[in-house]
Amino acid sequence: MAILSLKNLSLTLNGKKILDNINIDFWEKHVHAVVGPNGAGKSTLAYTIMGLEGYRKVEGDIFFEGKSIKNLSVTERAKKGITLGWQEPARYEGLTVEKFILSSAKKMSLDEVKDSLIKVGLDPGEYTKRALDKTLSGGERKKIELASILAMRPKFVMLDEPDSGIDVASLEKIFEGIKLLREQGSTVVLITHSIAVMKKAEHAFLICGGKVVEKGRISKLLPYFENKCLPCDHKNIPD
Amino acid sequence: MEVDDLLKLIRGDLFLQDKKTAHLTINLNKVLSKNLVPGLHVDTKENKDGVDVKIKVDDNIRIKNKVHLCFGITKEKAIQKINMDVDVGKNAKISILSHCIFPKAVNIKHIMDAKIKIDEGSIYTYEEKHIHSMDGNIEVYPKAFVEVGKKSRFKTEFELIKGRVGKLDIDYEITGEKNSVIEMTSKVSGKNDDIIKIKEVGNLIGENAKGVLKSRIAVRDNASAEVYNTIVATAPYARGHVDCKEIIQDNGVARAIPIVEVKHPKAHVTHEAAIGSVDTKQLETLMARGLNEEEAVEVIIEGLLS
Repeated sequence: MAILSLKNLSLTLNGKKILDNINIDFWEKHVHAVVGPNGAGKSTLAYTIMGLEGYRKVEGDIFFEGKSIKNLSVTERAKKGITLGWQEPARYEGLTVEKFILSSAKKMSLDEVKDSLIKVGLDPGEYTKRALDKTLSGGERKKIELASILAMRPKFVMLDEPDSGIDVASLEKIFEGIKLLREQGSTVVLITHSIAVMKKAEHAFLICGGKVVEKGRISKLLPYFENKCLPCDHKNIPD
Repeated sequence: MEVDDLLKLIRGDLFLQDKKTAHLTINLNKVLSKNLVPGLHVDTKENKDGVDVKIKVDDNIRIKNKVHLCFGITKEKAIQKINMDVDVGKNAKISILSHCIFPKAVNIKHIMDAKIKIDEGSIYTYEEKHIHSMDGNIEVYPKAFVEVGKKSRFKTEFELIKGRVGKLDIDYEITGEKNSVIEMTSKVSGKNDDIIKIKEVGNLIGENAKGVLKSRIAVRDNASAEVYNTIVATAPYARGHVDCKEIIQDNGVARAIPIVEVKHPKAHVTHEAAIGSVDTKQLETLMARGLNEEEAVEVIIEGLLS
């Protein structure tokens, strides 16, 4: 059963069609990959589903649990259980990791905050009181963001380039986090152009030039993506 | 609200009872209580509209617990002038936490005029926390002239994030000698028609002297803030940095004028200033976790001023 459906979704920015008549069903409690080369429109799709500023004037519709959400704000969508992990997570001067995670899950205890950090491979003793600022590496902020998403227990989560800035050892923790999200009952969407990340999904949607050009199970999409997309020098500019 | 209530606000009941913790409590122009520890001398003289306070730390005395100064005004309308004369001896250490509490303020003026001398090899830390009422007719004028001796450290943190600012006019001038360190941080949150003015000057006159002037300001509604931070380096290997960050909301107005002046080819001073509304990605990340815009802005500002 689809938890979130995109129906004829198009988005035009600065006179250019970035998403072009996209139709996708994301299946409840499954892990999906939205794949495609740089500039294909993958991140734009995630921002549009989240309803970020500048990505709200869409054609077509977005349905979550059977109801249109296209007129809802970011907060309203989040309160329904939709969230997003950024490719490059934000930095916050002075805001502690603990406070940041508690902002995601207000009823959480401090022990649960610590537990969410342990799940992504971070030592709570070292991180809870640290500021989420430039003193943390991109990989550390990425893991903290994943911890905050685990704490939120979303119904539908999109992770934009979850392996970006992550070293090989830490990547396993990110993959464990994705597995935990699924076990928690979340529907997961991985925005990626990485084969390793794509392999963690069950279904994939291949986007090129703002259009879905192929969809299906990973076993079907993986060889297509590896053999045709990665070597392709086609520029991702929609017609 | 009387003095006992005022002290409860800052958990003063705890430090007032501790004989190992020095304190001085003043309400308007009356000294209410005082406790000293060995090597610390505090003389006071009550005036018509304030108190003269003389603090002396003997050479080689390192005071373990924070010294609490409580400057309160429990009246609705008053002027309080505090003249401070601080003399920290050689190789001494003192850390002061100053509470300025005006919980019933309707028309209050608090003037602090300080002369601080820190002798060679000493550490002086001064935290000043203000708790104001939500009435805006409060005027606060902290003024200080500070001499930081060789190998000494002067560190201050001024915080006014609870209640209305009213009018704040900070005026500090600090001079650092050889191998000294100056660190000044101001954190202020203005709202309604609050007026914030911060003027800090760090003179790095000694070789290898270091100085950082840091301001973190949030203004909303019709509040305004002006930050004039200056570092002048005149000695070799002097290092300075001016860092100002201001968040504005609504019709708030913020201005930052960092001045860096270097008068020696082997000195180096830098500055950075950022003024603007809350960063969109910071905001949208928190909103994507379910906070509304107002709550998200609060979290971001609270972090900046923490």
